[in-house]
Amino acid sequence: MVKLVAQVEGIGLLGPGLDGWTSSTALLEGRAPYIPQATVLSTPDGLPPAERRRLGRVVKLALGVGLQATSKAGADPATLAAVFASSGGDGQNCHEICQALSLDERLISPTRFHNSVHNAAAGYWSIATGSRAASNAVSAYDASFAAGLLEAVTQVVVDQTRVLLVAYDAEYPPPLFVKRPIPEAFGVALVLAPVGRPSEASLGRLTLSFSDSPADRMRDAALESLRASIPAARSLPLLYQLAVQRRAVVNIDYLDGRSVAVEVDPCA
Amino acid sequence: MTELLLKEYTATSCIGHGRAATLQALRGRRGGLSPCTFETAAIDTWTGEVSGIDAEQLPAALKQFDCRNNRLAQLGLRQDGFADAVAQSVGRWGRRRVGVFLGTSTSGILQTELAYRRRDPATGALPDDFDYMGSQNSFSVADFVRRALGLEGPAIVVCSACSSSAKVFGSARRMLDADLIDAAVVGGVDSLCLTTLYGFHALQLTSRGPCKPFDAARDGISISEAAAFALLERLPDSLDADAVRLLGVGESSDAYHMSSPQPEGLGARAAMLAALDAAGLSPGDIDYINLHGTGTLSNDSAESRAVAAVFGDATAGSSTKGATGHALGAAGALEAVICSIALQNEFAPAGINTKTIDPALGIQYLVENRPGRIARVLSNSFGFGGTNCSLVLGRAG
Repeated sequence: MVKLVAQVEGIGLLGPGLDGWTSSTALLEGRAPYIPQATVLSTPDGLPPAERRRLGRVVKLALGVGLQATSKAGADPATLAAVFASSGGDGQNCHEICQALSLDERLISPTRFHNSVHNAAAGYWSIATGSRAASNAVSAYDASFAAGLLEAVTQVVVDQTRVLLVAYDAEYPPPLFVKRPIPEAFGVALVLAPVGRPSEASLGRLTLSFSDSPADRMRDAALESLRASIPAARSLPLLYQLAVQRRAVVNIDYLDGRSVAVEVDPCA
Repeated sequence: MTELLLKEYTATSCIGHGRAATLQALRGRRGGLSPCTFETAAIDTWTGEVSGIDAEQLPAALKQFDCRNNRLAQLGLRQDGFADAVAQSVGRWGRRRVGVFLGTSTSGILQTELAYRRRDPATGALPDDFDYMGSQNSFSVADFVRRALGLEGPAIVVCSACSSSAKVFGSARRMLDADLIDAAVVGGVDSLCLTTLYGFHALQLTSRGPCKPFDAARDGISISEAAAFALLERLPDSLDADAVRLLGVGESSDAYHMSSPQPEGLGARAAMLAALDAAGLSPGDIDYINLHGTGTLSNDSAESRAVAAVFGDATAGSSTKGATGHALGAAGALEAVICSIALQNEFAPAGINTKTIDPALGIQYLVENRPGRIARVLSNSFGFGGTNCSLVLGRAG
């Protein structure tokens, strides 16, 4: 079997009380108290005004972490293949459509409809960055982060190319929330590159395999609650290891109660 | 890229259940579109509804997954001995070495649309019997299919609108190349729902009659549904001459607009060139192009420019959506299966419904079936968000 290994060259992170990778490492490591607060999202640059007005929170989240990661990696976003992994895309937009369809007039705006595609974030990313590179939009329900990581690292290894992974999920409004209780917006982005190329930006090396072990949990109760409630936040044990920069194997939630084991080698 | 074998393949669409019915319809130039009578939709358009979905019963253990999309998936899996072929691969490689890679655009959203009509008038709550994970969840179709087939390998749903089930071939071939799996169930399942009917209608992209791709008077798409599957494995030592191989996959993005293609077809061109490059072929090696050909003014115009830029007018092409309608997230896999049927049965299928080929679209468009052996074909699938994927398939001999 080919060794599934990639080097992390950039990380982006947005979530409740988490605003960027650099300012979040102390919280992840437990050197500063983690206090959940509403996720702060801003409208990214690079889009025409008409497109900027159309962005939902999910797309702002995905573009926000993607741009953080490519900036940290010093990578031109227009040149990177990308994998966008989300459990269910834009729950708010879906709610608005289903609500409209339950009324007699059934009026859906064209914008609401084209924003309903699961690959909306990938589309806006391509428009905002001018990227014509291949991008994928994938889902594996609660395993979406691990499945996206697997998809991205496989692409890095097989095609020997740099890949941006963006994993993101945002809150579902009522009444859908009762059926899919995702409480807040959380997104993480990793610029992943083939090993062996010199990189000043390397934040660590990841080697993936399948494992029968259950997923690792976070020691901090609030971070563990975040991990368990948002599919993209299943990445937190991996982000913790990248923050503390110690060699370790972390297990991330995958399918059938199994996990994807990620061996983290610090950058040094 | 490493060539792969389509060890088994099947399609269920409005032109028929399974390969034989699909072949018969294509040979007879018979379409499956009819005036839209789906659910309570009140839209003046034609759709391609698959017969027999409502009668399909999921096994008791998988009742949680009951929705139109998963019923259609099961109906599709039952055709052409597909499930048996997968069972053979499981016997040979083990259930953890068979992956599942499926495309869909709307999954089981119809279930949510119906549930919203049954909300509690006082609290607004959705009914107790509505199961998000088994229906609306984008991954539900792959979850259902892997349980139905008893698979435990890697699985993913690609949900990139109308390129979804072409792109799954790319994800599967990478995992086969990386030796994470020995076989892959790839395909697409998408089913009629009100979101797409009313959504495309709002964009004024639904055709008032059966869609007529590449016609001067084309006026939009006919939304349809389909389940199409292929079982991919590495090439064995010897192959029958009519075995079908996956030779190349090419992907690109438009960087242009969420719901309109780049007018010059630059993204489409990049995807076709990438697929040819992956296959190590040049345009002259392709004998037939299965066009994305949705029947909208903008798609057919942009796609014809892209095709003309790569192939000139030397290579014949058609859109089989005149017959099948546009199965959205299932279109890529459906058309890969149609291409495989064409390769195996030695003819290039016509685009039906098209009366007057738009003279502004300078490509060689087939309105009659063209008999004769074709060795290699290219199939295009493009989607909202400017996502493009082209596949190259070929006969073994």
